[in-house]
Amino acid sequence: MDAVMRELSYAQAIQEAMAIAMDMDERVFLMGEDIGVYGGAFQVTGDLVERYGTDRVIDTPISELGGAGVAVGAAVTGMRPIFEFQFSDFATLAMEQIVNQAAKMRFMLGGEVSVPVVMRFPAGSGTGAAAQHSQSLEAWLGHVPGLKVIQPATPHDAKGMLLAAVADPDPVMIFEHKLLYKMKGHVPEGHYTVPIGKAEIRREGRDLTIVATSIMVQKALDAAAALEGEGIDIEVVDLRTIRPIDRQTIIDSVKKTSRLLCVYEAVKTLGIGAEVSALVAESEAFDYLDAPIVRLGGAETPIPYNPDLEKATVPQVPDIIAAARDLVKGVR
Amino acid sequence: MAGASKAVADSRANLPFVYRQYSPEQLRQVLHKMYLIRRFEEGAEECYMRGLIHGTMHLSIGQEASAMGICMPLAEDDQITSTHRGHGHCIAKGTEVSRMFAEFFGKTTGYCKGRGGSMHIADVAKGNLGANGIVAGGIPIAVGAALSSKMMKTGKVVVSFFGDGANNEGAFHEALNMAAIWKLPVIFVCENNGYGMSTSTARSTAVKNIAERAAAYSMPGVIVNGNIFSEVAEASFKAVERARAGEGPTLIESKTYRHRGHSKSDRNRYRTKEEIEDWMANRDPITLFENELRDFGFIDDQGIEVIRDAVAQEIADGIEFAKASPAPEIATLENYVYTEQT
Repeated sequence: MDAVMRELSYAQAIQEAMAIAMDMDERVFLMGEDIGVYGGAFQVTGDLVERYGTDRVIDTPISELGGAGVAVGAAVTGMRPIFEFQFSDFATLAMEQIVNQAAKMRFMLGGEVSVPVVMRFPAGSGTGAAAQHSQSLEAWLGHVPGLKVIQPATPHDAKGMLLAAVADPDPVMIFEHKLLYKMKGHVPEGHYTVPIGKAEIRREGRDLTIVATSIMVQKALDAAAALEGEGIDIEVVDLRTIRPIDRQTIIDSVKKTSRLLCVYEAVKTLGIGAEVSALVAESEAFDYLDAPIVRLGGAETPIPYNPDLEKATVPQVPDIIAAARDLVKGVR
Repeated sequence: MAGASKAVADSRANLPFVYRQYSPEQLRQVLHKMYLIRRFEEGAEECYMRGLIHGTMHLSIGQEASAMGICMPLAEDDQITSTHRGHGHCIAKGTEVSRMFAEFFGKTTGYCKGRGGSMHIADVAKGNLGANGIVAGGIPIAVGAALSSKMMKTGKVVVSFFGDGANNEGAFHEALNMAAIWKLPVIFVCENNGYGMSTSTARSTAVKNIAERAAAYSMPGVIVNGNIFSEVAEASFKAVERARAGEGPTLIESKTYRHRGHSKSDRNRYRTKEEIEDWMANRDPITLFENELRDFGFIDDQGIEVIRDAVAQEIADGIEFAKASPAPEIATLENYVYTEQT
C-alpha cells in the first residue's frame, strides 16, 4: 500500500529536509540569526534546536558577512553547514564572502578544495515589509560562476532540492519565497532528492510556454487554468534552477508552443527573463517563434510599503492572463 | 667541539625563548627558510622585471621573521589563511618554492594549476587554505576552519594572517567576536607594517596599537617586535597552547615593515627614503636573527655561507622548473569552477 498523500507546508518541508540531512550526516549543521529557541524569523528551523542542540543549531550574532565567512571556512575544512539568512536582502551584507570567496575558492585553488556550503535566503515581497526586506536578488547570485542558485516552487521540491543541495560539493544558494512558506503540498516521507539544474514542466500545453520561477509558478498555473475556458492551452515550465539553467527543457517547450512568456518577481530588466529570452533567441527555437517574446517582471522600483502599491509592483494572475491572451491571440 | 657544544648548552638557559625551546638544527633551518623567503621574492621580482611573470605581486621582504615566528609552533596539519602579501606564510608553512614559481609563471605544475597566481597561492596539503585578494577576506574563513576543528575534535589550530589595513574592515570585528564567544582555536595575527597601501596606521586607525582591539572581544592582545624571530615565536607558542587547551583565540600584533612598495605600481610617495633605509640597515629581520645565531654560537660564517649557497641553488632550480613546466591548455579554461562529478 502506498502511503497516504501526506501534506506539509513549504516551511515544514524545509525543516524536515534539514532534520534528515542532520540525521544522515554528522557534518551537517545549521547556522543563522535567531534560528535556535526563536525558531527562525519564519519558523523554518522551528524546534530543531531542541532535537539537535545548540552545537548543531547555532545562533550567530547579527554578523552576516562574518557568519557567511565562517560557514565557508567550515565547509572548506570538512563540515556541511546550512547557513540561514534572515532575509535575502541581507545577502548584500555578505556579498564579499559569497561572491569572492565561496564561489571562487575552488577555482582559484586549481580544484584543490570544494566548498559544500548551503545558504538559504527568504525572499520576495507580499509581506508588507517594504523595500529592505522584500527583494528578489537571485539573479545577482545567478551571475556568478561557481555558485548554484535554486528557487524551489513547491513543498515537494523545497525538501528534495535542499537535500540535493546538502549533498552537492559546491555552494548552493536557495531562494525561498516567503509567501510560499505556508503553501501546503504533498511531501514524501524520508530521504529523496530533486536534481539541481533540471526544470520541470508543471502543465503541458500547445499554445504558449510560460517560464516561471518560484511563486510565479503557481500564479502561472492559475492563469493557465483561467484561460482553459477560452481554448488557450498553456505549458508552464517551472525553472527551479537559475544556475545552471536548463536550456534544453525551455528550448524544447518553445519549439512545441511557438510562443514564450517569462514571468518572475525580480525587477524586470537585466534579470532571469532576459536570460531565458536570449537563450531561446540564440537557439534553434527562434525559427519556431510566432510572436515576440514577452517578459513580465517586477516594476522598476523598490518594493513599496502600501499594500496596493506593493501588489502592483510584481506580476499578479490577471497580468499573466492578459499577457498570455494577447500573445496567443496575436495582439502583440 | 664537544666543549663548544657544552658551552652552548650551558648558556641556553639565559637566552631568549627560541634558543631554549628549539634545537640548533631547527634554528639553522629557520634561517634557511628566512633566506628562502627573501630570495624567492627577490627572484620573483626579477622574473617580473624581465617579463617572465605578469600581473602584480606584493612582496613581504622585511617581514620574514613574522611569518617564520608565527608558524614555528604549528604542526603540519594546523591551518592558516593568508593575505595578498602571503609568500612568506606559504614558505613558512612548508610550501615548495618550485611549485610556487610555477604558479607565478601560470603553469599547470603550480599550486593552483596557474589559476590563482601570487594573490591566491595555497597549499592545502600543508594546511595553507590560501592567500586572499580581499583585505580581511580570510579572517572569517579561519574562524570557520577553527569551528570545524572544534566540531570534528581534530585538535587543529588555525592562524589567520592579515595586515594592518584589515583591522578596519567589518569582517575583522565580526570574526573576532564570533571566535571569542565560541572560544575557538584560532590565532589572529596582524602583521602591522605601518601602511595600508599608502595610508599609515596613524591616519587610518583610532587606536595606537591594533592589539588594543582585542580588549573589545575579551581576548589577549599581544604586541611583538615582528622583526625579532624569537619574540614572535614565543607569542605564537603561547597562543597555540591557549588555543589547543580550548581557552580561545588570541590577537597578536606583529609590528614590522615592508622594504618594498605595496605592489608593483607603488612610487613610495608616502614614506621617506630615510625611513626605508633605516629599517633595512638597522632592523632587517634576517640580519638580526643571523647575528643572534652567530653570537650565541649556533652557527658560524661558514655555516651561513652554506645556507646562502643552498638557497641560491633552490631558487635557481625552482625558476628552471617553472620555466620548463607546461602551460594550461585553453580547452581547460572552465575546469575547477564546479566540482567535477563522475
